[in-house]
Parts: sequence; C-alpha cells; structure tokens
Amino acid sequence: MGIFQKLFQSKEQKLKAQKYRLGMEKTRKSMSSLKEVLTKSKKIDEALFDKLEEIFFMADIGIDTVVLFIEALRKEVNHLKIEKPIDLENLIVDKMFDLYLKGDIIDTNIKFNESGLTLILFVGVNGTGKTTSIGKMAYKLKQDGKTVMLAAGDTFRAGAINQLKVWGERVGCPVIAKDEGSDPSSVIFDAIREAKKQNIDVLLCDTAGRLQNKVNLMKELDKINRTIKRELPNTYYESYLVIDATTGQNGLNQAKVFKEATDISGIILTKLDGTAKGGIVLAIRNELNIPISFVGLGEKITDLDYFDIENYIYGLFADFFE
Amino acid sequence: MAFENLTSRMQMAFRRITGKAKLTENDIEEMMKEVRLSLLEADVNYKVVKEFTSEIKELAMGEKIMKGLDPGQQVVKIVNDELVKLMGTEAVLVKFSDSGPTVIMMVGLQGAGKTTSAGKLGNYLRKNHSKKPLLIAADIYRPAAIDQLITVGNQLEIPVFSMGTDVNPREIVKAGLKKAALENFDLVIIDTAGRLHVNETLMDELIDIKKLSKPNEILLTVDAMTGQDAVNVSVAFNEALGITGCILTKLDGDTRGGAALSIRKMTGIPIKFAGTGEKLTEIELFHPERMASRILGMGDVLTLIEKAQEEIDEDEAMSMMEKMMSGHFNFNDLLKQMKMIKRMGAFSGILKFLPGMSQLQNIDKVDDKQLVYVEAIIHSMTPEERKNPDLLQRSSSRRNRIASGSGRSTTEVNRLIGMLEKQREMMKRFQGMNPSSLEKMGQNPMSQPSAINKGKGKGKGGFRI
Repeated sequence: MGIFQKLFQSKEQKLKAQKYRLGMEKTRKSMSSLKEVLTKSKKIDEALFDKLEEIFFMADIGIDTVVLFIEALRKEVNHLKIEKPIDLENLIVDKMFDLYLKGDIIDTNIKFNESGLTLILFVGVNGTGKTTSIGKMAYKLKQDGKTVMLAAGDTFRAGAINQLKVWGERVGCPVIAKDEGSDPSSVIFDAIREAKKQNIDVLLCDTAGRLQNKVNLMKELDKINRTIKRELPNTYYESYLVIDATTGQNGLNQAKVFKEATDISGIILTKLDGTAKGGIVLAIRNELNIPISFVGLGEKITDLDYFDIENYIYGLFADFFE
Repeated sequence: MAFENLTSRMQMAFRRITGKAKLTENDIEEMMKEVRLSLLEADVNYKVVKEFTSEIKELAMGEKIMKGLDPGQQVVKIVNDELVKLMGTEAVLVKFSDSGPTVIMMVGLQGAGKTTSAGKLGNYLRKNHSKKPLLIAADIYRPAAIDQLITVGNQLEIPVFSMGTDVNPREIVKAGLKKAALENFDLVIIDTAGRLHVNETLMDELIDIKKLSKPNEILLTVDAMTGQDAVNVSVAFNEALGITGCILTKLDGDTRGGAALSIRKMTGIPIKFAGTGEKLTEIELFHPERMASRILGMGDVLTLIEKAQEEIDEDEAMSMMEKMMSGHFNFNDLLKQMKMIKRMGAFSGILKFLPGMSQLQNIDKVDDKQLVYVEAIIHSMTPEERKNPDLLQRSSSRRNRIASGSGRSTTEVNRLIGMLEKQREMMKRFQGMNPSSLEKMGQNPMSQPSAINKGKGKGKGGFRI
C-alpha cells in the first residue's frame, strides 16, 4: 500500500488526471463521498459497508461486481484485522485496481500493421458517440503521422453520412460513402479496396447505432465482420464498442451481445466529462474481460485519450489524494 | 425489453412467499432484499430504491398484510400500488397554447435522441391533434445535426426551418418563430444541441432560448438506458429550465428502464412520451400506470388494444380481440392476425404487450422473418387442419407432411403448434372479462379473475403467486 499514492506524485500525472474528474466535483456535493464516509464512521461495521456499497452503486458499477467487491473487502478487513475505517482508503483503491487489472498486463494500444492496412470498426447502440469518436481518433492518428481514411458505414441514421464527411474535412482525410440506405457491408468492402489502392495506413469504419436486442441488425453487423475478415485475412483489425458513460446496467448486456457479433478488442467510454462515472465498464472488464481502451473527455477534437486506470480511479475517488 | 428483467426478478422474489399463510418479518426482509437488488439492477436510483423498499416494508409489516387471507397477493398489490404511486398515475398530455402556436423545446444530453424525437413528436401531434408543425434546427454544434433534422423532416413531410451553422441559435429560434407566425404553423418544435448539464455556457444558451420563445413545453429527452446519473441530469436541467416533461427514448432495447422511476420520484416531472423503435412513427404516450403493471409481469394489454385501434380499423380490431380472448382461434385466425400484426409494427414489439409473454425466454429475439416461415407452414396445412388444430396434435404423419410441404423442419412445425396452443390457453383466462375489467387491470391487479394466477410451467401464467 502507499505505492498507489506515489503514482500521483508527478505533476504531469496529476494534471492529466484532472481531466478525468471534470464535473465529478459537482456530484460530490450531493453525494456522500468516500472520504467523508470513512472519516465520519467510528468503526468498521455493517452500516459502513452499506454506505460503501451505496457509493459504488451510485457510480453504476455493476450489481454483481459491487457485491463481489464488498465481499472481498470484508474478507480482507478480517484477514488484515483492520479496525479503523480510515485505514480502508488504500485497501479500497488497491482492490479497485485489482478488480480492473486482475493480475494481467493490459495492453490497449492499437496493433498496427506496419506493412499494410489496419482496420478499426466502431460499434455500439444509438447515440453513444461512435461518429464523434471516429473523428477524434482520425485526428489522433493523423497527428501520429498515419494516413487515415473513413468509411461511412452508418447508412441508416439521417445525417450520419454527412456528419462523418464533416469530420473528414476537419481532419483532412478521405471519406468513402454511398447513398443512405445502401448495404453497410458494401460500403466497407469498397473502402477496404480503396484504402489498399491508396496505401492508407488506417481505415476507420463507422456503423449504424443498433440496440443489441435487434436480431436483424446484429446479423447485419455479423455480415460486416465477415466481409472484413474475408477482405483482410491476415488481419490487423480492431473493433471498439463505444459506450456512453451515463449508461447503467444495460452496458453489460451491450458488451455481451456485441462481443458475440464482432471480437470486441476494447471499449471507448464517451462523455466522461459529465457527472456520470461510467462504472459499468469495471463490471464489463470484470465479468467479460473486455478492457477499456479509450475515453472521450470533451467536445474538442483532441479530447480522446488512451484509458488509464490510475487516472480513472483517481477520478472516482479524487478526494483521497488532496 | 423494457422492464422485463425486473419482472422476472420480482417474480422470483414473490415466489418465495407463495403458499404461506402468514408472513414473518424474516420473509419480508428476504423479499425486500430481492426487490432492492432487482430495482438496482434496473438502474433505479439508489436513493429511490431505498425509500421505496422501506415504504413497502412498512406497509407489508402493518396490520393490513397479517389480516389478509393471501399475504402473497397482498404484498404484490402493495408493491404494484406503490410503484404506480411512484410513477404517477395518468398519461400526461402536451399542454397546447391557447393563442398562437404551441412551442415545444427539446433538450437533453448528447445522443439521447432529441432530433429523432422532435420529428416523431411533430408527426404524432399532427396525426393525433391535427397540428401543423414546424421544426426549428437550432443545433449548430454537432456536425450535420441540421442535415439530420432536415432528412427527418423530409421523410415525414414536415417543414424544417434552418439558417445553417453560422448563426447564433438564439437568432435562429427568433427567425423560426417569426416564420411560424407568418405562415400559420400552430406547433413549433425547437431541436436544441445536446449538452452536458454541467456546461454552463450551453445551459445559458438554453435559458435564453426559453426566455425568447416562451415554450409551452420543455421536454427533456432521456435515454432509457441511463444509469444512476439520470437523477443528476434531470435535476440539473430542471433547476436551470423548469422541465415540463420527459421523453424516454430507446425503450425498445432490453434495458429495464429504471431511469423512468428515478426521474419521476426525484423531480416530479412526468414522463410524457416513450420512443419505442427506429421508425419515425414509433412514439407513444407514456402510460405510467401501465408501466407499473408491466413491471409486475401483467403484460400490457391496454397498449396493445390502443395500438391496434390506431393502425387497424375498429371493427377489425374488435373482432381480433374477441377472437384472441375467446381462446378458440385456429390457424386461419393466426394467419389473419399475422397480417394485422404486420401492419401494426414489428412482431417482437407486439408480443411483449401480451400477458405472460414476458416470461418466455428469448422473446426479444423473435425474428420478424420468422413470420414468413410461419406463413409457409400454415399454407402447407389442409383447410381442415387449419380449422382444427387438434388434428395436428394427434398425428405426427400430418406434422411431417406439413414440414416437408413447407420446407421447414418438423421441430419448427411442432413449435408453431405449441405456440398456438399456449396462446389459446393464455387467452382462455381472459374469457368472460369485459372491457371495463380489462381497464381496471392497470390499476388493480387483484380485480382479475383468479384463473389468471393458475399458470403452470414456463410462459403459462400471467404472473405467478
């Protein structure tokens, strides 16, 4: 213990972490904070565990995950014979850390094909921010010196194609699009051919938002997946599930079902700059082993960042470190 | 499917007290644990859950429950009544302006579904209230948001007022209202940009738009999948703007939609509409009391009837309902029904309204294409068989013949026969119920004929106690 706190000693780290807790301060006022709970409690008892449970539930961390977490915490408290509530601070953060890492080394970097095309597919339910994330990602990759192309695979939602085209102009990269209503697989098929022809490094593919219980739409996604695998057999192919931080327990269902249709390599957690904490991603990682790869932290084109569990937990429990 | 999982959790919880003559404090304690977890799993706000369960506990522990003959039923009733109380009791309509056009402002977070809902609402109010709507495109921030509204407007043939992205939204709204007054539009729907409730600059913009447009309604669009944050969002928007109602979107997903309960309880704002699909006609008045009965696994017969009336002429609807309720319908009726259902909307969307259907597993996975197969199977039956489904129950050679005739598997044929049988059984329970007792069902589950409680096996019972 204590190691974790060291992680936040560098100024740069702290500054970066600040972004994770934009807005979170405001909820803090109305919500009992962890620190407050721990300092006000006289002893570690059922009432304290109840309060801890509340804090985790309020962060949308999945029900089963919270229940397991509290159980593990209880065991550890007995095992280590911890008596003072305030001594739980580090334990909770460390346990949270374990919950996410599970002893693995999580590498969420995009695996690039150094001698050819890399394809990234963006999937998710309606309104989570797929198209916006693509725009930001395109910008990020271009900054890194890659050539980027966008494929307008959302042929369903009104205005989606134009939205992607606007991002293409902003970033300065080509957009492959067909008419509204055309088969998304064929758009992506064309885009792959075109990207190969133009020696593009990374092709970012948009898809229409779909609720995971719509069987036909999930079949369509399956078809897109097959098309990509056929066209890029030795594939450098990442597929990101975009989840809105305000999403509650349904996020778990989303991850479960989308994982069946495409091999989700990671999650992009968007809109983390509001008051929502997006805790459901911890449950997704815990129960389905899908890591979080990126976070959306604002409306600017630069507001897409690699996910950093330290910063995220810092955001959840920021008052520990002040 | 909305609320369905909450339903099954509740049913699990209530099963535990089945058949007991008396409830002990322990029983209630145990049950409340389940209720609590199931509500949390449904994304109902933690504080709301806490209050709700303690209220129920108190009521259940009181005299009322101990005196009753069937404590289980009484608890179900208490839970239902409290849920209804919590959700509000009646569908709340849009307030129309007495003079001049009615102005509706759509607000909400990014991606909640404002633009789609603006179009749907315009269409709904035009159809049901004979309004002449104008949509104003005031989202100048999100790329192509205006294009989206224009496309939606075109699809619905509703005019859209826009001035591009270089004009301040306040000016756009002013000019749009002027146009509405000049050209006799009596309904104006303003589509504003999605924003976070903590973004003060953008919230100020909304306050200005409110001041200059004096809206009759400010509708907060909320994604049904929202978690605990639903309370923060609705409270913040309400404090800044004085929200008059909510539209709950994406309710056709498999979310449990507890956000609806949280918002209602924490802000008192009524939920006025529900978005139930991707098609621009898929919006309906939100019926809180029906939602509560849905939570308890009652199905939503009332919504089905209403939907049927809207899309099918009344005679046809009545005779269909009669047939359904008679418990005597056969494959010919099923064919007819399917044709109507096709007109009413996606099959999977209809099924969830039927009592008991919520218990069938994978109900949300019903593929609309299956209807085509079902038709093929029925068409391969002899007229005799269609009229008398029992013939098929008895003869496997008939079933095999139908399978090869329709090109489907015997399993599929069996499944269809089983489905019809189940439906007949289920509907038999409604026999003898008149429309007024159907009406009451939403408010009071105890008024149903007792037969409804006697389901056995999966998917048979309305709800089991």
